[in-house]
Amino acid sequence: MGRDVNQQLAREFGLTADEYAKVLEIMGRTPTLTELGIFSVMWSEHCSYKSSRVWLRQLPTKAPWVIHGPGENAGVVDIGDGLAAIFKMESHNHPSFIEPYQGAATGVGGILRDVFTMGARPIANLNALRFGSPDHPRTRRIVDGVVRGIGGYGNCVGVPTVGGEVNFHPAYNGNPLVNAMTVGIARQDRIFLSAAAGVGNPVVYVGSKTGRDGIHGATMASAEFGADSEEKRPTVQVGDPFTEKLLIEACLELMETDAIVAIQDMGAAGLTSSSVEMAGKGGVGIVLDLDQVPARETGMTAYEFMLSESQERMLMVLRPEREGMARAIFEKWDLDFAVIGHLTDTGRITIRHQGRVEADIPLAPLADEAPLYTRPTVESPKGEKINPARIEDRVGLTAALKTLVACPDLCSRAWIWDQYDSTVGGQTTKRPGAADAAIVKLDGLKRGIAMTTDCTPRYCAADAEEGGKQAVAEAWRNLTAVGARPLAITDNMNFGNPEKPEIMGQFAAAIRGMAAACEALDFPVVSGNVSLYNETEGKGILPTPAIGGLGVLDDVSKAVGLALPPWLDIVLIGVTTGWLGQSLWLREIGGREDGAPPPVNLQAERANGDFVRAQILAGHVRACHDVSDGGILVALAEMAMASGVGARVSTHPRDIPGHAFWFGEDQGRYLVACPDSPALIRAADAAGIPALRIAVSGGQDLTLPDGGTISIAALREAHARFFPAWMAGPG
Amino acid sequence: MKAGIILFPGINRERDMAIALENSGGVKPRMIWHKETDLGDLDLVVIPGGFSFGDYLRCGAMAAQSPIMAAVRAHAARGAYVLGVCNGFQILTEAGLLPGALLRNASLRFLSMDCHLRVERANTVFTTRYQQGQTFRAVMAHGDGNYFADDATLDRLEGEGRVAFRYATATGEISPEVNLNGSARSIAGIYSDNLRVLGMMPHPEDLVDPLMGGIDGKPLFDAIAAA
Repeated sequence: MGRDVNQQLAREFGLTADEYAKVLEIMGRTPTLTELGIFSVMWSEHCSYKSSRVWLRQLPTKAPWVIHGPGENAGVVDIGDGLAAIFKMESHNHPSFIEPYQGAATGVGGILRDVFTMGARPIANLNALRFGSPDHPRTRRIVDGVVRGIGGYGNCVGVPTVGGEVNFHPAYNGNPLVNAMTVGIARQDRIFLSAAAGVGNPVVYVGSKTGRDGIHGATMASAEFGADSEEKRPTVQVGDPFTEKLLIEACLELMETDAIVAIQDMGAAGLTSSSVEMAGKGGVGIVLDLDQVPARETGMTAYEFMLSESQERMLMVLRPEREGMARAIFEKWDLDFAVIGHLTDTGRITIRHQGRVEADIPLAPLADEAPLYTRPTVESPKGEKINPARIEDRVGLTAALKTLVACPDLCSRAWIWDQYDSTVGGQTTKRPGAADAAIVKLDGLKRGIAMTTDCTPRYCAADAEEGGKQAVAEAWRNLTAVGARPLAITDNMNFGNPEKPEIMGQFAAAIRGMAAACEALDFPVVSGNVSLYNETEGKGILPTPAIGGLGVLDDVSKAVGLALPPWLDIVLIGVTTGWLGQSLWLREIGGREDGAPPPVNLQAERANGDFVRAQILAGHVRACHDVSDGGILVALAEMAMASGVGARVSTHPRDIPGHAFWFGEDQGRYLVACPDSPALIRAADAAGIPALRIAVSGGQDLTLPDGGTISIAALREAHARFFPAWMAGPG
Repeated sequence: MKAGIILFPGINRERDMAIALENSGGVKPRMIWHKETDLGDLDLVVIPGGFSFGDYLRCGAMAAQSPIMAAVRAHAARGAYVLGVCNGFQILTEAGLLPGALLRNASLRFLSMDCHLRVERANTVFTTRYQQGQTFRAVMAHGDGNYFADDATLDRLEGEGRVAFRYATATGEISPEVNLNGSARSIAGIYSDNLRVLGMMPHPEDLVDPLMGGIDGKPLFDAIAAA
């Protein structure tokens, strides 16, 4: 790397001419190669959020139960009993396209580190995945690799993968989305932060050795793909879940002591971002001696050490008198432990290597003068409202239901879950597919955590504001449907190129909708991640603000799942107008992907959900399922397939066409199965909540109002067919 | 019953196992690091599931060479009890304490789901709380659970009544459709010749609490606790 540092090289590193001019101004001289590398990754979109920060500030982040909001490694909320849930979702989209297995695996590894670096033992992983059309020649290989990668990493570290969501759409053909979420539990008085303190304190490196992998990964994640994406494979990191497992155990063991002053994982931009952020947040300086960094290969330069994204590494500031004890813990776990520097009072980061100073940068301007853009926005045209009376039903309810439960966006995900260890830890109360949200109990307590990931990208594409609102509302609804009290969300904003005004318009609108929903539902954002430039050869993805929601149950024995018991009434909660715009019925049966998405009435959402949760916790509900993709009949079929118990469905109100009533996707609705429906409906009436008995459970068939009958066995067969058949297919 | 759980680096179901043992026995098991060499006066040694040493070599091959394994061999030799589940079963075969080997699942994919196990004999220290021929549910979570041994070994295991459990339907039928990992003769677990060392792939320890979906695994731990 003997190249001259100049504007040309800065451009190759992803810095604009203005940004490079700013670097020259801060440095007062031409930067060294290592310094230029540090500026370029710290000011990359991935690390600096330079296009999104102005918008993210609009999101509500506070509530009485929020302990740490955005700005730390992960969000922290009070869950009672002196405990905190620590959680975050993060994307690994670009690496997963280039190398699906390692991209997805290291995505899981990275988000785990964000959580245990704060002192939490990870108790659950979730994910949110979007893939291209099943017909596209690359999609199957990507799905296979991503699923194997998530399983390969999560299964080995011993954190159960308990939930997630999957969509297919041609807009993701060249750009799949892999969003991984981790939830951990810590004592509220043992939460570890990243701000360094104590001039002279040792800076300690632990974990795997550093190699040349992943150099400039953050920069890659901050640009569009061209036809040369294959050549970027060397920028993808390689995961080692075994070392991660040791790192979890060693860090948590050390965290039982008072040795740690500050700790941060080495994620994107590795040693650079961890050292710069720790020292910067603490308002101190830092000196690193790269000769002390454990290296996997010989001859690495300072630039390579600082930019490497080798996985499973952490940086800590320790109390000096605890260094020996800390070293003994890491040696017990066969992990590297090296003092690689110390804190200073200079306010600068100084990098020494082989007797030379390779970088010497003032930290305050590196952070404070990072670029911040208010990029131009243009609102996209919204879909037109569709009148259901003008949409003809050519197939009838029975055939439509069979088609819908079998389509790629609604079919059984068991092929995926069955490759993820969902039970390790012995606390998984609701496994994947058992309920609208996964539930993991806390060992030795009645308390449990409910978790979900949600987004409906086709709604966001038609109306980003309603779509953003809907994503937050659906997460809240899924937590409510198991009886949990929703607490907070983590958001993973996946969008296209922010330099295009229509993309920034989508981003701004989605934030607006999300903010409104967070506000109305007391459901603040406590952590998140932004992934932009999700485009290949100029084609962007659907706007995808994926939401990870977290709630708490004081007593997990009160939770309900979606499996339908026999001989109960099924009551629909919420208003049905027969909204077909952007519905899966319209796409899969009508062959049209258009219209306005269903609007979310946030007041009704709140009222309906609070009512349903109260009924569940009072023991009046035996099963509950929110009504989302596919509408009422698909929701009912999912409940029936989960238990093997059928139902006889009533006739629908005459003022709405049957297909629109049964398959429309109006929001804010639930199906509840209850032994005493008159009492539940009276309670709903008293609270001003719409409630309508729509079916009675029992038998082994679903009997539909048009006289059609489908056996649950046949439904299950249709539901289960897609993934195994597609994966076993030719090619 | 004094129980201990051996911890190799990469083991990850030790907490599940400790909960199940304490739940039935009322006493917290001792946790034993793999570099220790003394098991003391334990009655039962348990090797739980996970990915010892990452399973980057053959599953269980590295763990079988750990310092503690000499003590485990001595413990077994004096007729004391050993239970190995999942990676623990793999380690016991690699250590030569049980015959055969665990190969990649026939599907070449990780399998995480419930299965039914048929109890082949109900008169060992592990199975007295089950009935012979009954089935119980257990959790499969493995990539390498395909039991393999040569025909002579399999004949001997069957002849000596050393097959502990077989994969079966809920009603106890043996069929390829429910032998998902492809194990020889649907074998899910086997005993040593003195019936005091049990290795099995599925996890009984993850079904000992109704909140986790059932208590089908609890009789196994109740039986050991009462022994």
